Amino acid sequence: MSAIGGEFRVRGAAAHAGVFGWLRANLFSSPANAALTLVCILAIAWIAPPLIRFLFLDAVWSGEGRDACLASIAQPHPGACWAFVRVWFSYFVYGSYPMGERWRVDLFFLALALGVVWLSWLSAPRRDVGAGYFFIALPILSFVLLHGAPLIGLAVVPTALWGGVLVTVVVAAIGMVFSLPLGILLALARRSDMPVVRLFAVAFIEFVRGVPLITVLFMASVMLPLFVPERLAPDKLLRALIGVALFASAYMAEVVRGGLVAVSRGQYEAARALGLTYWRMMGLVILPQALGVTLPNIVNTFIGLFKDTTLVFVVGIFDFLRTIEAARADPKWTAPTTTVTGYVVAALFYFVCCYGMSRYARSVEARLARAGRR
Amino acid sequence: MKRLATAIAFAAVVAFATQAASAQTLNAVKNRGELVCGANGTLAGFGMPDPQGKWTGFDVDFCRAIAAAIFNDPTKVKFVPLTAKDRFTALQSGEIDVLSRNTTWTLSRDAALGLDFPAVTYYDGQGFMVHKSLKVSSALELNGAAVCVQQGTTTELNLADYFRTHHMDLKTVTFASADEALKAYETGRCDSYTTDSSGLYGERLQLAEPSEHIVLPEIISKEPLSPVVRQGDNQWTDIVRWTHFAMIDAEELGVNQTNVDEKLKSDDPETRRMLGVEGQYGEALGLTNDWVYRIIKRVGNYGEVFERNIGQGSPLKIARGLNALWTKGGLQYGPPFR
Repeated sequence: MSAIGGEFRVRGAAAHAGVFGWLRANLFSSPANAALTLVCILAIAWIAPPLIRFLFLDAVWSGEGRDACLASIAQPHPGACWAFVRVWFSYFVYGSYPMGERWRVDLFFLALALGVVWLSWLSAPRRDVGAGYFFIALPILSFVLLHGAPLIGLAVVPTALWGGVLVTVVVAAIGMVFSLPLGILLALARRSDMPVVRLFAVAFIEFVRGVPLITVLFMASVMLPLFVPERLAPDKLLRALIGVALFASAYMAEVVRGGLVAVSRGQYEAARALGLTYWRMMGLVILPQALGVTLPNIVNTFIGLFKDTTLVFVVGIFDFLRTIEAARADPKWTAPTTTVTGYVVAALFYFVCCYGMSRYARSVEARLARAGRR
Repeated sequence: MKRLATAIAFAAVVAFATQAASAQTLNAVKNRGELVCGANGTLAGFGMPDPQGKWTGFDVDFCRAIAAAIFNDPTKVKFVPLTAKDRFTALQSGEIDVLSRNTTWTLSRDAALGLDFPAVTYYDGQGFMVHKSLKVSSALELNGAAVCVQQGTTTELNLADYFRTHHMDLKTVTFASADEALKAYETGRCDSYTTDSSGLYGERLQLAEPSEHIVLPEIISKEPLSPVVRQGDNQWTDIVRWTHFAMIDAEELGVNQTNVDEKLKSDDPETRRMLGVEGQYGEALGLTNDWVYRIIKRVGNYGEVFERNIGQGSPLKIARGLNALWTKGGLQYGPPFR
């Protein structure tokens, strides 16, 4: 906040102290503002009580089947059917992953959480080790854990059995981890002086950006197996992963290019004048500034990618949203409220994940802004 | 132009399919140690996982029966969930051995896609649901009715055809998704809701008062659902076809999961041939002679599978109707074991 705003607020607070003063300064400062405040209060009063009643007060928390969630004399207007979510919850998280092997998925989630915290908590100790763990050890560990390694006694679990949050997290994580470096390389290639490299980057970016993700997934999943023999065709999930990663990197390339353009010409010239090579110039001078400038856009792309992972359902992969859609068809549980409850769970999950990413980006931005002022 | 592109795509697909099918599917399945079966994944009663992630359903049990015949173990199946769009490609490319996913057998699919439809496991068709208070007991009494239907489907076309042939007035109310159409029907925007009758029973359960709605007896379209295999591997087609016939014949002969061991000692010559006590019928298919015994013991006969998944033993409670045995007025008829 600028100094002027701060001064203004101090003066306002001095003039009208107390609760009423605050209300007047913040909610009813002008007739238009007062009208907006009233409209918002009315909207909340209109939406919130039925929502709370549906989600909590009238909700069905336990039961053995759809009968529990149906209207009865004791419960004429049943709310959310949480009992259904309780029974199906493990399916939403693991999909069809074999019961006896699910600890491996838990361990993967733990290892991933450790990596994410280590890297994103800016004052964590030995973040260089953390980066090595995240980008080298974690992928290998995850593959061994999730896919299996018969040599050390972990049975192979085919990806057709994976599902739920597991698939959503794997697709999103792979998409993010691969799209950033690939996107940076593509952005550099697009601004390169070498015509062949530039042409390749432009062709790739424009082609991938010119088609919808759904088309890329269909190509990868439906057309590819027709052209390569069955033995050589990659696994279905892997095909979707490659499709998502390539798609995300094309978008990332444009985001990073925007950052590169924003760095002033003088920075390039100064770095050259110091005698830095191309890669040192990029790595030490240009990219740190460019990525800092474009961080909100990068996170924006990540959030979009996270939500785009739901599209893998079109090729028959059961991501988190798809497991909910599958479960709601269960005749043991279908009731008028089952579907709504399932979608509420999905909305909560995606909101918590995306809002978390967005908040983290804001805090890093603020830090960068402070560092920039120093 | 579009037609030309489609023709080229078909030609490529057919050429590839014939080449892929010349490989012996049975041997491939035996070497792999498991059957790979394409299934639906989200259709109640026919193919979907349970909360533990185990696959269940009518179409799923058919694949388990094939696995039981080959391996004597119904769990040696890998299920691949497929969408309506990618189901045929998955089969043509060899990704799956058999497709068991509520697929309607039509001429164009049979002739142009390089596929075979071995046997009709379920006779489906389009039906109507109405509120009980309407006091209608036949679709022919729906003159002037407003009918909720999902737009852009064959269901919508069949509906118009049916009302035209019977010189009745029709008011269609179309919706983009089945969910919306059902919701509109429930709130009273239409007198009736129509879709395939197998789905009608599942969707009825989503209503607040399922018992207040009835499914009318008329079936206005033919939707014979069949498993699908690649054309050209006749042995494999025979195995899939006779797996279905064996389950039908077992029901007709009164052989079920509980009494199959006693029936091994039966004097009835047909039962003895079917269960492999006499003759070499299984070996002729490339299987063991007790293959039908394995199916019935591990999975059950057709009636048991039907009742367990979609019939009276399930929440769907679908009547046997056209799927009753031919001896009971239905269409399910198995050729003799000899």
